[in-house]
Order: sequence, then C-alpha cells, then structure tokens
Amino acid sequence: MSKTITSPAVRRLCEAESPAASKAGRPPILEVTGLRKSFGRLEVLKNVSLSVEKSEMVFVLGRSGSGKSTMLRCCNRLEEPDSGAILLEGQAITGREVNLDKVRRRIGMVFQSFNLYPHLDARRNITLALRKALKQPRDEADARAAAALARVGLTEKAGSYPAQLSGGQQQRVAIARAIALEPAVMLFDEPTSALDPELVGDVLGVMRELKEDGMTMLVVSHEMGFAREAADRVVFMADGRIVEQGPPEAIFTDPQHESTRAFLSRYSSAP
Amino acid sequence: MSNLDRFIETFLNGAVLAKYTPAILSGVWVTVELSVLIVIAGTVLGVALACIRAYRIRPVSFVIVIYADIFRALPPLVLILLAYFGLPNIGLSLSSSAVLFVILGLTLGAFAEEIVWAGITATDKGQWEAARSTGLGFGQSLIHVVLPQAVRMVIPPLTNRAIAITKMTALGTVIGVPDILNQATTAQSFSGNASPLTLAAIAYVALFLPFVILSRWLESRFSWKKG
Amino acid sequence: MDQLVQQFFNIDIMMRAWPAIMRGLGMTLLICAVVIPLGLAGGLIAALASTAGSRWLRWPAMALVDLFRAIPPLVLLIFVYAGLPFAGLRLSPFAAVAIAFLLNNSAYYGEVFRAGLISVGKGQWEAARSTGLTQRRTLIHVILPQAIRNVLPDLISNTVEVVKLTSLASVVSLGELLHAADLARSVTYNASPLTLAAGVYLVLLWPVVRFLGRYQRRIAV
Repeated sequence: MSKTITSPAVRRLCEAESPAASKAGRPPILEVTGLRKSFGRLEVLKNVSLSVEKSEMVFVLGRSGSGKSTMLRCCNRLEEPDSGAILLEGQAITGREVNLDKVRRRIGMVFQSFNLYPHLDARRNITLALRKALKQPRDEADARAAAALARVGLTEKAGSYPAQLSGGQQQRVAIARAIALEPAVMLFDEPTSALDPELVGDVLGVMRELKEDGMTMLVVSHEMGFAREAADRVVFMADGRIVEQGPPEAIFTDPQHESTRAFLSRYSSAP
Repeated sequence: MSNLDRFIETFLNGAVLAKYTPAILSGVWVTVELSVLIVIAGTVLGVALACIRAYRIRPVSFVIVIYADIFRALPPLVLILLAYFGLPNIGLSLSSSAVLFVILGLTLGAFAEEIVWAGITATDKGQWEAARSTGLGFGQSLIHVVLPQAVRMVIPPLTNRAIAITKMTALGTVIGVPDILNQATTAQSFSGNASPLTLAAIAYVALFLPFVILSRWLESRFSWKKG
Repeated sequence: MDQLVQQFFNIDIMMRAWPAIMRGLGMTLLICAVVIPLGLAGGLIAALASTAGSRWLRWPAMALVDLFRAIPPLVLLIFVYAGLPFAGLRLSPFAAVAIAFLLNNSAYYGEVFRAGLISVGKGQWEAARSTGLTQRRTLIHVILPQAIRNVLPDLISNTVEVVKLTSLASVVSLGELLHAADLARSVTYNASPLTLAAGVYLVLLWPVVRFLGRYQRRIAV
C-alpha cells in the first residue's frame, strides 16, 4: 500500500463526519460511527467516527484526555459507548444480542501494562483462551502458541513466567497472546509507554513485522518516529473529537489544525 | 517432698499419664478428624460464596454479606449452644460432633468468604480486561485468571483464620464432643490429678504448633504483593 | 415454623431473662475492660521482645508467642482454672479468666504489633536517631505511632475477637453474658435467652465488623 502525499487542499480536515471510503468495495475491517461516551458529567468522546481498512495501520495521537484510549477501548467494548455504532467486518458489535465473547476473539488487544497472567507461564498465558474460549484441544493450542511465540521471537521463553521476563519480553508475549487468536484487527493501547527506552525497539520491531504480514492495526501511542515510518494513516484527536487525519508525512510536515500543530511542536521528534 | 517433686507429681505424673494416654489419643483423633472436615468445608464454602458474589447479583450478594457479618460477629460458643439445645426441640436432632462441625464450618465459611472476596477485589482490573478481551467468558475469567491470583494473595490470612477456628474444636467439650479437652477433664476428675490436663495441653501444642510456624513462614514468604 | 418461633424467639421468655442478660452483659464489659488493656500491654512487650536486636531475647519471645497461639484459649483457661489448684493455687473464676486471656491475647496482639513495627521502614529509625533522639524516645514518638496506625484495622479486628472470647468464661461459671443466657435456657428449657444473647452480641459487634470491612477495603490489601 503506497503512502501518497496529497496537497493540503485535497486533504480535507476531517471533522469526524465521514469515514474513509472503502477500498475495492470491501467493507472496512473496523468501522466506528458517531461514538459518544461520557464519564459522569465529563463528555470524553464527542461524536467520533473512524474506519480502519484491511491491513491498514492507523495511528491515533493526541494529548492525554483527548479520548483516544477511550475510543480504542470502546472498539472491543471494554468501555461501553453511550451511543454510536461499531462494525467489525461489517457486523454490528454493539447491542444486547451480540455475543461479546465471540466478538472479542476477533479483536486482539495489547495493553500498556501488559496484563499477563502472573500465575501462568508464557505458553499457558497464550493457550488459556485457545483452550477455554475457542475450545481447541491441547496439542492444537500448544502448536498455535508455539507459532505465536516464534513470530514475536520468544520461542525459548515458552516455559518462563512473567516475573522472569523483561518488560519488553512481557509485552511481546502479550502480543503473541493476542495474535494466537488470529484476530481480524489488533488494538494497541500505548504498548510501549510502560517500557524502559531500550526495550521499546523490540516491541516496535514486532509491530512492524505484524504490519508487514498484513495485520490490521489500530494503535494509540506516542511513538512518533514509528508512526512516520510504519503508519498508513495518522489520526489526531483533541477534546474527544478527531480533528485531523491523513498520511503521516502530511500530518507531521504540514499539520493543518492548530491543536495538531501545538501537540506536534511540543513532541517535536527529530525528522 | 521438694517443690519440683511436688510439681512433677501434680502435673507430670508418669502413672496417670500412662493410664490416660489412650483416652487422650482417641480425643486427638476426634479433634483431627473434625478439624480437617471443618477446614475443607469452610474453605470450599467461602471460595464458592466469594465467586457467587463476583457476579454482583444484588439480592444474592446481600444475603451473603448478612450471613458473613452474623457469623463473624457472633461468638461460636453462642451458636453452638443455640444449635445443640434448641434444634432438638424443633425436631432436628444432631449429634454434638455434627453440631460442632456445622457451626464451625459455617463460621470458617464466613471468614473465608470475606477474605477471598477481598482478594478478588484487590486483583488488578487489568487481569479481568486481558482475560475478557481474549474472549473468555465472565466465569472462565474468574476461575482461570482472577481466582488463582486472589487465593494466592490471601493464603496468609486464610491460614491464620483456619488455625484459629480449628482450635475452637475444643469448645466441643461443652456439649460433650469426646475431643482432647473432654477426655482430659474427665480423666482429671477421675484421677484427681492434673497430669491429663498437661497431656492435653501438650497434645494441642503438638497438633497446632506446626501450623502456627507454617503460617509464620507463609506470611514472610507472601509478604510481597501479588505480581 | 411456629415451633421455631416458640423455641428460639419466645418474646415472653426473652423479657423475663432480660435483667439477668443485662447483668451478664455488665460482667462481659468488665472482663473486656480488664483483659483488653492487659492484652495490649502484653502484646506490645511481646512485640518489642520479638523484634529486639539480641537473639537471646527474640527467640524465646517468638517461641512463647507461638506456644500461646497454638494452645486453644479454652484449654488454657481450664488449665489455669482447674489445674493450678492442684499446685495449691486456687484462683477465682475472674482471675483465671484474666490470666488465661492475658496470655492468649498478648500472643495475638503481639503478632499484630510486631507486623506494625516491621512495617515502619528502617529509614524512620535512622532519621530519628540521627537527629539525636534516644532509642526510647524514637520508639515512643516516631515508630510506635506509625506502627499502630499501620495495623489499626488488625488491632480492632483482634479486639473484636477478644470480646467474642469472653463467652468462654461461661465455661468456668463466670457470670458473663453467655453464662446468664445459658442459665436461663436450662431453667426454661427454651433457647430464646440464647437468641437474645446473640442479639446483644450482634448489637455490640456487628457495626464494628461492618465498619472494619469498609475501612480495610479503603486502605486496600
């Protein structure tokens, strides 16, 4: 997928009204429309719409409090939106009749604090859902776990417990745990924010490889450099709204909206 | 007779000890049997109730909390006497051992429920989120992810409480359970000598001291918070 | 059902037993007033000994504490009450209860205080001593207040246990709450006085148990 640079005039400032057009008539993997969410009196998401195409990596930037994590967590209903629609592979996932557990197996989530199960080793962290949720027999689950660990480069750590792993290794196991389910889309909630700087690269490397393998990814993160080189689209959120979105080059070199400009100047990553 | 001789004669009389050791041993057997049953029943009950409470069904949780409060606020001896003397008059005749088992089992169940519940609520929310986001159901997440961590976290207070309650099997004496203390007081009044009591004390210490030391070791080992 | 109410909730019998129950409550409170302070003091001493520098002090202290945690309180009470007379030491029921409970409670309070003392970081000792405070002053003004605050829920919880423990005094015929109720029960062949006693214990202790639960959850595990 090429990253075309469009002129500012052609690239619209998206004010959260129109989701991106689908490519070749296929519905986007993930489509969010008109999402609203309040915590008490604080309105955190004000009519957010976004779609993610197959194999796209969409990066979401914004200050803390902009609603980006909340939006991400709404996508697998860890937060329940007050209103709005969420479609996964064309099917609605909001609504009472939806089998949420089944839906969540199609969505992989990676958390800032890894959330590995401390009482299980790496292999069993991965096979737990395979065996209990997907009802796979032990051999099949073990094989899938081994494959997932191989993809993140941690085959030899299958028998290690989280406490024996570094932060970067734990996060990679967490990624393996998510990809073992062979989800349609992966959600990343600040995957490297809790890591020591020297370990960040390992995790980003895994994410890069996932992208190259064609995984659809929605990433909330501060890793600007990574966004510039790997993302297909960058979305900037402020105050509960999507304020601007477009290809990374365009957003980083020529931001249109003043919130985007202010944010980028504070975080100015070396070009 | 010197003071030491008199002391030994009164509290450590070899002949009396030998004569009543079999009786004390049968009491030991009763105490151990009851203790094991109480610990198993009470712990299982407590864990089960805490799990039920996790589903947050208001009326059910309410009943569980009431039960836990009452059995933690009342002295077990009151409940034992109530059950032992009151139940036969409404047609429910239980042996004194059965009464002891039921009351102490329910008491341990109440404490265990509160302790395990505290462990469940203290488990990091992220664990729930991770489990649910891989498609595990609520019950599966509870049993395979949260409960194992909660229980590990609360082993020290749980062991302490279990020890405290199994020591209360001595209360069975009051309603005629043939436990160590009962055998000892009977032997003491028959023999007119305090040695059976000494033997009883030694028997209890021999039974429970290992567990007290175990719980001390557990506390030091588990003094870190869960990972 | 009717039989249930008759046997356990007979208001008439409860009212007749009320005065005796109240006198029993008075004795219970008296026992508490004696035993709790003694236990706290004994526990503090035990804790200080268990955390002392010298192992000749620490090990015997911890051994004694473990010993008295391993003996059931009732056994200790019977031993003191029925056993000591054989040694020529005849104690009143109250004295026997006081001694037995002093030994038992000191062990348990001792463990709570010991956890409290340990929970206060070494840094506090070092900071206080380096400003010139003596060992004793440091302990009293710096360490103990923090230690006690850290384990206050456990202290309260243990005190609830002590109040419940007073019911054991009925076994040696000390006229506290349970004894009075059981006496009424044996006279009327009806369990209602015991229900009434249970009610009194609940009024006394349920609020504390409830409050403790909320307090403990707030300061987290």
